[in-house]
Amino acid sequence: MPEGIKNKVAIIGMGCTKFGELWDKGAEDLMVDAFQECIKDAGIEKKDIQAAWFGVHFEEQSVGKGATPLSLTLKLPFIPVTRVENFCATGTEALRGACYAVASGAYDIALALGVEKLKDTGYGGLPGGPGLMGTRNALIMPKMTAPGSFAMMATRYFAVYGLSPDEGKRMLAKVSAKSHHNGSLNPKAHLRREVTEEQVMNAPIIAWPLGLFDCCGVSDGSAAAIVTRADMAKNFRPDPVYIKSLQVALSSGEELMYTNWDGAHVETGCRAGVLAYNEAGIKNPRKEVSMAEVHDCFSITEAVTMEDLQLSPRGRVKDDIEAGRFNLDGEQPIQPDGGLKCFGHPIGASGLRMMYEMYKQLQGKAQQPERQLKNPKIGLTHNLGGFPAMNIVSVAIVGL
Amino acid sequence: MVGIESYGAYIPRYRMNHNTIFLAVGFLGTFPAPGENAVANYDEDTLSMAVAAGIDCLSGMKREKVDGLYLATTSQPYMLRQNSAIVATALDLQLSIRTADFTGSIKAGTSALLSAFDAVKGGTSSNVLVCASDCRLSKPGSSQEPLYGDGAAALLVGSDDVLATFEGSYSVSYDFPDRWRATGEKFEHAWEDRFIRDEGYTRMIPEVISGLLKKYNLNIKDFAKIAYPGLYAREHGAIAKRLGAEPGQIQDTLLDKIGDTGSASPLMMLAAALEDAKPGDKILVASFGNGSDALFFQVTEKIKKLADRRGVKKNLASKKELSSYEKYLAFRNLAPMDLGMRGEESIRTPMSTLFRERKSILSLCGSKCKRCGTPQYPVQRVCVNPDCGAVDEMESYRFSHRKGVLFTYTGDNLAASIDPPAIYGFVDFEGGGRFWFDLTDCDLDSVKVGMPVEMTFRRRYIDETRGVYGYSWKATPIRA
Repeated sequence: MPEGIKNKVAIIGMGCTKFGELWDKGAEDLMVDAFQECIKDAGIEKKDIQAAWFGVHFEEQSVGKGATPLSLTLKLPFIPVTRVENFCATGTEALRGACYAVASGAYDIALALGVEKLKDTGYGGLPGGPGLMGTRNALIMPKMTAPGSFAMMATRYFAVYGLSPDEGKRMLAKVSAKSHHNGSLNPKAHLRREVTEEQVMNAPIIAWPLGLFDCCGVSDGSAAAIVTRADMAKNFRPDPVYIKSLQVALSSGEELMYTNWDGAHVETGCRAGVLAYNEAGIKNPRKEVSMAEVHDCFSITEAVTMEDLQLSPRGRVKDDIEAGRFNLDGEQPIQPDGGLKCFGHPIGASGLRMMYEMYKQLQGKAQQPERQLKNPKIGLTHNLGGFPAMNIVSVAIVGL
Repeated sequence: MVGIESYGAYIPRYRMNHNTIFLAVGFLGTFPAPGENAVANYDEDTLSMAVAAGIDCLSGMKREKVDGLYLATTSQPYMLRQNSAIVATALDLQLSIRTADFTGSIKAGTSALLSAFDAVKGGTSSNVLVCASDCRLSKPGSSQEPLYGDGAAALLVGSDDVLATFEGSYSVSYDFPDRWRATGEKFEHAWEDRFIRDEGYTRMIPEVISGLLKKYNLNIKDFAKIAYPGLYAREHGAIAKRLGAEPGQIQDTLLDKIGDTGSASPLMMLAAALEDAKPGDKILVASFGNGSDALFFQVTEKIKKLADRRGVKKNLASKKELSSYEKYLAFRNLAPMDLGMRGEESIRTPMSTLFRERKSILSLCGSKCKRCGTPQYPVQRVCVNPDCGAVDEMESYRFSHRKGVLFTYTGDNLAASIDPPAIYGFVDFEGGGRFWFDLTDCDLDSVKVGMPVEMTFRRRYIDETRGVYGYSWKATPIRA
């Protein structure tokens, strides 16, 4: 029986840049900014880092291939650096690599850094192109966009659970409005204005039924973490944050090519959740998870994820949303930092930006006191990369 | 006896009213007669229509027995890369098959048909599928514009249970330079209509028809239906009178309903005649273009046994008005439209991948697991059934003719499209299997979860820089 990673690794430093349309910053600038904050927070020197994991997704329009972009930018002294990529879970995969390295005993201190420079694409939304889906797939699959693929899950969800388009859209509108409120309290967020439910409902349609405010924006950013063995962590700081679980689940092909998927949930999310709670020893997620940053690329994704992660009963997230359960002042705050909705989604960085918020909240150091939650014990981050029918989900759980 | 075993047709759903043309470009001085033309959608072309007509023709027929495919057209996408081979692949015909492109004239349809009868009669082929298809591009404001239409027809030639025997033919060939288009040119040129009518149309069609009557010792009254193209409506009627034919014998040219479909026209009129034919009827068909071919047939008892197909009737009836001339220009790439930078993304088609994966891409074939019976698309080596997991126990499985149900969909305003929103969704196939596809020939308002759909072969993209026309299958509401 594998032991799992619970309480074997701790985060002792993190950094996160401001996210936004940062025209004056290239990927290299963002990597340096995130790294500098991170290493200062850890209180170590660059030469103490023994290995690094580097996450970037659209490398073809920023840093290029391999892990040399990190070692060259930060001038890392001939240490092992690995490039990882797993769609939107890239940042979490970088963390995972660093954590496993330390848990294995191969290294004592490792760095995880994720970056993405999306605003050199030249147009709104994520870059298209045949490289994304693969060459054969580009010749048979629809010319989809991310909003379109998640819109299909919204349509299915409404159909399966008997919501009229208006009822469904209103449920989703509350999700976005809630996140915007949190983002308005966060200086590092890209979007810092409140939006009302009505604004979300009436926003122009991007991919039916999702409107502009159901979709997270596209932005630039970087975040980093330094991890060490749990039994060494208190040498560096009094309040390290311990990894309780790191789990990933990938689509088997059944969702896309078989007929057992109902289209109204994310199967990988369910499975990664079960694995993660098992590894972390969490028996009742709805009660035990204090807060979470989930992958709200689209409002529907967040709603469905609450059910996938057993934070809401299947088919009933609408009740919890309407009751305000997931608001900043609710029983189980979701996206306390404003989420992808307010930060945008620099793909390589997002997983680590989510972890940054959990880390700071657990330490009582959320940037604005208004966002600080009272005595959180367990934080969860969730990423979904790809599309509901073919994707990877990562779930990470941390605590004190 | 050699003859026609089956027929099929395809007419695009979009029809443009001549008034729409007149309102847009009538200022140039052309005054079209009332009517409408069939206009191919932005993702349709000669090959997509030929495939659709071929599928209609093959309804109820054994696809495996087809050992020849002739494509007749004057609007083929490729001058080098056999267009009929692409059509044969899309139709998932067997590999040991003869394919040939017949082109260069709008009599190519009858040329191909004659060659098919010769091949079967001569014993070198047993079943030749003849597809004639044209997607006719004319200059905005031209006199051809309201007269030309897009469409395709297909006939299965053989000697088994023929519904009409091929009785004989008579041909004349002239280098008649009424219309011409040199290689690489986009639009045809035409000489004066009076010249075309007086020296060509009103001479050559009677010439072949009387030649045929004389050769076989027949009387014009012997024929239940006489079909010949009707670009010039008045002269079309005059020819009938001169031949001594009654109005009831003359097959509708469809000129005012879909326009003249070029090389497809004679075959489409023949298919339409067969739809209403009775055993014992004699049918005469003539083409016109650089001369003329006349063929005649005798309908047999087997016509009553033919399985249902869409043919001309159902295609004619299933239509939607294209009320925007600007959209027509955009669909035909006649006016540069801004698709934004997303529209600039181009696929550098990896040809080796396309060839290796042609069954999935062009034939819409996937796999069926021999162990658990699960159909799956695209072609797989490892079974997708989580309770099976068999490796390399697959057989080829064709999805292209299967209906399905729309599992979910969206209308995407972000994806680049010449006709936004881009509509796509998942299809759950009857018999099993699921995949996601673009949807076409539908409006977002009418698309619903659970609606029945069928698959259609469409042009997926044109890469002008590299000279590549890419095709794949899309889903569409059941057409008829």
